[in-house]
Amino acid sequence: MNIRSDVTEPVLAVRGLSVDYAAADRVRAVRDVDLVLHPGEIVGLAGESGCGKSTLAYAISRLLRPPALVTAGQVTFTGVDGSTVDVLGLEDEELRSFRWSRISMVFQSAMNTLNPVRSVRRQLHDIFRAHRPAMSRDERDERSAHLLELVGIGRSRLDGFAHELSGGMRQRVMIAMALALEPEVIILDEPTTALDVVVQRDILREIDRLRAELGFAALFITHDLSLLLEIADRIAIMYAGRIVEQAPASEIRIAPQHPYTAGLLNAFPSLRGHRRALHGMPGSPPDLTVPIAGCAFAPRCPYAIGPSHDTPPSLLQEGDHAVACHLYDPRYSSGPPQALREGRFEISGDDSSGITGDISSDDEGIKA
Amino acid sequence: MARTPSSRRRRPVKLYAGLGIVGFFALIALVGPVLVSGAGRISADSMARPSGSHLLGTTDIGQDTFKELIVGTRAELEICLTAGLLAMSLALLIGVTGGYLGGKADQVLTAVANVFLVLPTLPLIFLVADLVHPKNPFVIALIIGTTSWAASARVLRGQTLSLTRREYIDAARVGGESHRRILVCEIMPNLLPVIAAQLVFAFIGALLTHAGVAYLGLDNSSNVNWGTMLYFANNALALQRGAWWWFVPPGLCIALVGAGLSLINLGIDELVNPRLRVPRARAVRRRMESVATAAEVDEKVTA
Amino acid sequence: MRYVLGKLGFYLAALWAAVTLDFLLPRLIPGTPVDAVLARMSQHGSVPPGERKALELMLGGPHGSVVSQYFQYLGDLVRGRFGTSVTYYPVPVSAVIRQSILWTVVLVGVATVFSFTLGIAFGTIAGWKRGTWADNLIAPATFLAAIPYFWLALLALYFLAGRFGLPVAGGYDTQSVYVSFSWPFISSAIGHAILPAATIIISSLAGWALGMRNMMVSTLAEDYMVAAEARGLPRRTLMIGYAARNAVLPSVTGVAIALGFVVGGALITEQVFSYPGIGTALYQAVANSDYPLMQAVFLVITVAVLGGNFLVDLLYAVIDPRTRRRA
Repeated sequence: MNIRSDVTEPVLAVRGLSVDYAAADRVRAVRDVDLVLHPGEIVGLAGESGCGKSTLAYAISRLLRPPALVTAGQVTFTGVDGSTVDVLGLEDEELRSFRWSRISMVFQSAMNTLNPVRSVRRQLHDIFRAHRPAMSRDERDERSAHLLELVGIGRSRLDGFAHELSGGMRQRVMIAMALALEPEVIILDEPTTALDVVVQRDILREIDRLRAELGFAALFITHDLSLLLEIADRIAIMYAGRIVEQAPASEIRIAPQHPYTAGLLNAFPSLRGHRRALHGMPGSPPDLTVPIAGCAFAPRCPYAIGPSHDTPPSLLQEGDHAVACHLYDPRYSSGPPQALREGRFEISGDDSSGITGDISSDDEGIKA
Repeated sequence: MARTPSSRRRRPVKLYAGLGIVGFFALIALVGPVLVSGAGRISADSMARPSGSHLLGTTDIGQDTFKELIVGTRAELEICLTAGLLAMSLALLIGVTGGYLGGKADQVLTAVANVFLVLPTLPLIFLVADLVHPKNPFVIALIIGTTSWAASARVLRGQTLSLTRREYIDAARVGGESHRRILVCEIMPNLLPVIAAQLVFAFIGALLTHAGVAYLGLDNSSNVNWGTMLYFANNALALQRGAWWWFVPPGLCIALVGAGLSLINLGIDELVNPRLRVPRARAVRRRMESVATAAEVDEKVTA
Repeated sequence: MRYVLGKLGFYLAALWAAVTLDFLLPRLIPGTPVDAVLARMSQHGSVPPGERKALELMLGGPHGSVVSQYFQYLGDLVRGRFGTSVTYYPVPVSAVIRQSILWTVVLVGVATVFSFTLGIAFGTIAGWKRGTWADNLIAPATFLAAIPYFWLALLALYFLAGRFGLPVAGGYDTQSVYVSFSWPFISSAIGHAILPAATIIISSLAGWALGMRNMMVSTLAEDYMVAAEARGLPRRTLMIGYAARNAVLPSVTGVAIALGFVVGGALITEQVFSYPGIGTALYQAVANSDYPLMQAVFLVITVAVLGGNFLVDLLYAVIDPRTRRRA
């Protein structure tokens, strides 16, 4: 599947999106996020728990509930026919019919997203009844069965219920539902996190295969960066509600620019290659109820410089690689230190606190 | 149970209202009979309308209805309390034990509870009361208590079951704590909200059941409580004769206490289950609008 | 299937318990009820010779051991021989029951169905519209649910029937109509049922509504509701097919528990409105120390409640597919 990121109009464009939680202490969960999805590509969104990735996903799908509130930004959807839709501006019936038919979602595998008292068949039929009222009962049945087979589940499961399915099968049903109306964008929010690695791999392969076959664009959200390195075309790294780096997956792997990305990459072992000390990142993500001066990652960054602590970095684009870090801003720095250029996350040269792991110099992905 | 910052907690109006109502009647029950003298005195002033000398009129044998009501408050609440506590004790004994022990013991206890659950209560009480002819008001409370515990037992068992399966219980057992200690120190505290709610239900049930039972004439006629007042009023055809002051107040008091208890329950429910604390849509919208404008100002500061 | 058999087994056991209790109760009364009954009967007319023996078998006497009496009692039950009523002497008890039970079942059954349906509907809407005006209804609904039923019934009787001339007492207009399948009878019966049914509905509706409302609010916060909304399903489907359908489950369990109270409530209803149902029969039996009738009525009531519970359990298995496979 070729990614026409430089040529085509993006199918989903998020500009300057900010989301707050209007609780007693206001939490600024998503801050000024720009994200772009081109037809047919998989964009991964990685970050630790609480960085705002799910909030972002829900904001795009208009699923935020009070006290969450979009405070700024735009989400524009461009269909195959060229028509544009202001997603945040949709209301009532327009919103209802837009849902699922243009953008659909696969929820976290830990959630119970299927109605426990309704059969799989009826839930699939509900989708068709709501969006394709012209379909006859037989057509609905046929299409439902086809969808299940598409995700590798036999059509005998149509009359089953959620509690009769294993976790992996439930996610497959979720995916089948997400494909029901052949949307142009699918958002996947931690779709395999709660599943064991074998099932995880199967589902990832399924998603990739379906994407190749049906041509949808996917926003894949996860905390597992290693997973994204395998499946995504482009990866965006999120920290404290902001996008701190965005680049093609290959570049992220080989030449991460943001210190946080380097930290993430250094935090997990690989099955092959040399053994190496593993590091975590000292400290913890910032409190999002407090306005942050400067770069949000600065307190934990081994490469922080003076301006990092008082001036917020802007997202700088060079080619198809964007990074929000003063180290790449010629106004503040002549360039990143050697350690960072080599992709290391070095905390004052002391390696004693690491766990021994392996990192391969020759990582192969399972990209289909 | 997570603590919510106090700024988030709305005032528990329902809880306060309920406690207020019940507290009011409890106060009357405590001091009323002392303050009111001459209740039950028969006079020739039969079925008189409310007036200065008789705030709520008189009964057919000239008793002051208001004084009867005050005096009867204590008796009624006592019966309600006794029956409710008895029912609750039985429910705890059978429900929690069954849920905790599991296995055969649980099956037996559940079966017993189910049988009691399924037997029609009022006819049963009716029969038993008729056969036993209770003189002592506590006997009727006893009968009510021993026939109405089953529903609560079922709820408590369910809760105990889910609590017992958790790891910290296994940890306590491995650590060598005795069953009794585990029940009292680990499980009971977590059951408190459920116990509180069920206790209130038990009181409400006892109150209404006693009202019904007394109305049917099964309570000893020499007892003075709201239920017997209704019985006498009905027998003397109070309503048909227009003597609403005799019939309406006792029923109204029962309804008020019942409503007060229900409000307490709803209040407890809201405290315990934050999902039920639904903020008013308008208030949320207003809050969010102010957030949006504040956000614009904020953006300029932190960019 | 296993579920059904399990439940059936339980109900049979409960039935046995009730039957045995019924057998034991008259024998626990101090003194000999048989003599009392015979005395009352002879006031109405001459007593046939076999009556003493029959009564002793039912209520307890010197013939044979308790155990043999027990099996004789069971045998009689199965054959529907409950003896002769004292209150309505010489009408057999089974006839009394047969006549009165229909009135009760129709009145209480219809009223309960209405009350449940309306209550659940109101609760669904109130829960769906959480955070709006609907919440203001909670307090008055609570008050309504706490009102002692008979008090409400009597007030209704006083205010409505007395003042506005709605039919007051009795199941039908005894002066103008006969019991039959004719329209005059049925319309008369319906007319007389309106007030009692209305009082039953009003007093129990709030309870169902409150429970359902709370369940709805909980259910609406579930994951599958967000997921269903994301799929662009219409609001009606979400409210009914997804939310209410799950939220109603505890209420269905509640119906089973309420059935016992429903029958008890019928007792009071019939007393207030002089309705010729089975509650009145029990009341009369107690008033007249009519032990044969008492025994039989209690049994019939219990069987009805058990049967009702069984049906509700079956219904529950139908609407909650998770119960069909006992984990």
